[in-house]
Amino acid sequence: MAREFLLGNEAIARGLLEAGLDVATGYPGTPSSEILAGLVQYDVESRKFHIEWSVNEKVALEVAIGASWAGARSVCTMKHVGLNVAADPFMTLSHTGVVGGLILVSADDPYCHSSQNEQDSRMYAKFAKVPCFDPQSPEEAKAMIKYAFEFSERHGTPVILRPTTRISHGKSDVTIGNLSGISREKKFVKNTERFVVLPRYTRSLLKKLNERQERMARELADSPWNRLSLKAGAKIGIIASGVASIYAEEVLSAVDEPVSLLKIGAYPIDPALIIQFVAGVEKVLVLEELMPVVEEQVRIYAKNVLGKLTGEVPKEGEFDLLLVRCIVHNALGVQVKMPTPPEICVELPQRPPAMCPGCAHRSTFYALKSVFKDDAIYASDIGCYTLGTQLNAVDTCLCMGASITIGSGLSISGIRNRVACTIGDSTFLHTGIQGLINAVYNKANITVVILDNRTTAMTGHQPHPGIGRTITGEPSEEISLEAIVKACGVKYLQTVDPYDLETTKSAFRKAYETDGVKVVIARQPCVITAKKMGIKRKRYEVIPELCEGCRRCVKYGCPAMGYCEGKAFSNEMCVGCGVCAKLCQFGAIKVRGD
Amino acid sequence: MAVAVSFDIVIVGVGGQGAILASDIVGKAAVTEGLPVTASETHGMAQRGGAVENHVRIGCRYGSMIPAGGADCLMSMEPLEALRFAKYLKPDGVVVINTEKIVPVSVYSHKTPYPELDQIVEIMENVCVNVKIADYTGLAKKAGSAQALNVAMIGAVSRYMPLKTETLKDVIAKSVPPKTVAVNLKAFDLGRDA
Repeated sequence: MAREFLLGNEAIARGLLEAGLDVATGYPGTPSSEILAGLVQYDVESRKFHIEWSVNEKVALEVAIGASWAGARSVCTMKHVGLNVAADPFMTLSHTGVVGGLILVSADDPYCHSSQNEQDSRMYAKFAKVPCFDPQSPEEAKAMIKYAFEFSERHGTPVILRPTTRISHGKSDVTIGNLSGISREKKFVKNTERFVVLPRYTRSLLKKLNERQERMARELADSPWNRLSLKAGAKIGIIASGVASIYAEEVLSAVDEPVSLLKIGAYPIDPALIIQFVAGVEKVLVLEELMPVVEEQVRIYAKNVLGKLTGEVPKEGEFDLLLVRCIVHNALGVQVKMPTPPEICVELPQRPPAMCPGCAHRSTFYALKSVFKDDAIYASDIGCYTLGTQLNAVDTCLCMGASITIGSGLSISGIRNRVACTIGDSTFLHTGIQGLINAVYNKANITVVILDNRTTAMTGHQPHPGIGRTITGEPSEEISLEAIVKACGVKYLQTVDPYDLETTKSAFRKAYETDGVKVVIARQPCVITAKKMGIKRKRYEVIPELCEGCRRCVKYGCPAMGYCEGKAFSNEMCVGCGVCAKLCQFGAIKVRGD
Repeated sequence: MAVAVSFDIVIVGVGGQGAILASDIVGKAAVTEGLPVTASETHGMAQRGGAVENHVRIGCRYGSMIPAGGADCLMSMEPLEALRFAKYLKPDGVVVINTEKIVPVSVYSHKTPYPELDQIVEIMENVCVNVKIADYTGLAKKAGSAQALNVAMIGAVSRYMPLKTETLKDVIAKSVPPKTVAVNLKAFDLGRDA
């Protein structure tokens, strides 16, 4: 069988196509974004499935549900916090169930590599009484897909596939099978008692939901995802889930003492499996990232349990091989040998992520701050522009779409500060619009800046309704941000080019002086997409003879600008936005001659 | 009896330098030679000019993360980043360092000086037995494009990896944009011979 080196998310996409897929929806979010991107690459000519970037996760899930109810095999992808947005349909979907198999991929991000928190999607699965698949490797994630679709259809339940960052953004050699040629019949069979959740129908649906839990757990106990490996003479048993189980396997491969292992990859866990496992050992160690989901269940059936609740296993963050080795060796009473960290006798300059050279967000923030000053409060949102903290232009960031609403709350709270809200184009379309309607309706006093870089940049440049192009590249209706803003009842609206500092500042100044809800759309394509689109600008250089060394351009913070021996200089990263030239009071920054 | 092949390499650099393509080439070459391989990449926010680290474990069927003190090789596309990720190296490992600096903005704003190259080499010589440093950006430019830095450095680390040169070159030819194949293959050779 052919093997290919695939990203975990690409392996999941491949698994979906091999299993046979009719509808794929989602909203971008690290670490989940490459699943739909992977799907859209296949079979461009003969694509038989519908695929879309939806405007948010609730919308994405509901579209997938509608398709499933007509018999379509559907997948809906999002990051863990996206499931908060989709929680409303999700919690009741477990009651109505599905017709065509429905997999909700909710990718978790332990250690919050690129997220606002590190919540555990397995808790949602438990909360909604929905089965959850928790892969230990990209290969297993791919293998789970076909099983998950069939399981979903057999039990009429949606299922969650929950890869973590190391699965989604891990790579490995993966077995490649044939693409499915099966085509399913689509038909919506009306059934009010199932698809209309009036209280009297929901009550009986809940009974059925509870009844299928035991059946599902029993079946999953015999699945390849929950594996029991009992060792003769083992005093200690380890129960490990998801990616923690592969670390445990590697650690145990180098341990002489017999240790039994129960590998968990699917929930709900059959109590009989746990009872059988704990009966043979004196002590059980539970290894799982994020919440103690497995551990809490194990504690019902076992007395001597080591885990998060007793302090042997950390409650936060991501595991790695070293940490798991340390925990296991401690539990075994083996001396723990940790590598000595190298002696680095110098202080290392930090290299945090930063806005790109020439990023228009930087000039927007610069213009905004120069008008609103330090006394204003800057409510912001989720995207590349959250890095505006480095320019002291981001004071709040909570969740998608919360800039306008938190800004509204600040403005009506009784404080006297001016409030400026920054939100990206994709985020505005995701959950910003309702906040804007509310702000106008309830008379907030805020300036909203829509940072329109014509893409969903942070997650890898996905299109959105404002672009006029779908995920497949087909042209579609270009939704006008200006028309939306006006329809929300906003009276002060201006669109500016943020590279034009003076016009941008003047729009902010008028907004500053006006009461009520003001919107400024700062529009300039993301420098990364601009490069791909072939937009080329002449680079700039600092003329040393004219440079007075005032650092004004350096303080602007563009990575393309450096400073050496009393003079500024521009480097190869310059993309020619020209903002530094406008900042220079001495006319020392000019377009390069070459 | 054949000894099982196992080689753990950490590829580090600055977001935008092409570290993902570099680890992809190594991973694909391993698969081509029939070896199991696992790898791990930096995506999302850190890609925006931040420090990035990719792990590739050749001959490995376990998790993709290389533990501290576990890497046979550290390939650093930027000198400062060799220090930042030195913890991954085994004492008997090898570090391959590019001399071309990308000075982080924090050097100007927080005034933490960028360490001298000599100092970086001296520190790294106390971390592992084999320190190899060269101007791979210069070699990539000589081959035709500064962007071929990642491939020039794959050429350099190919001396230590249990992968055939021909396999790596085949994979490079299939992985880079068609117009740049010749430039990249030349960069590989220059990097390997440096």
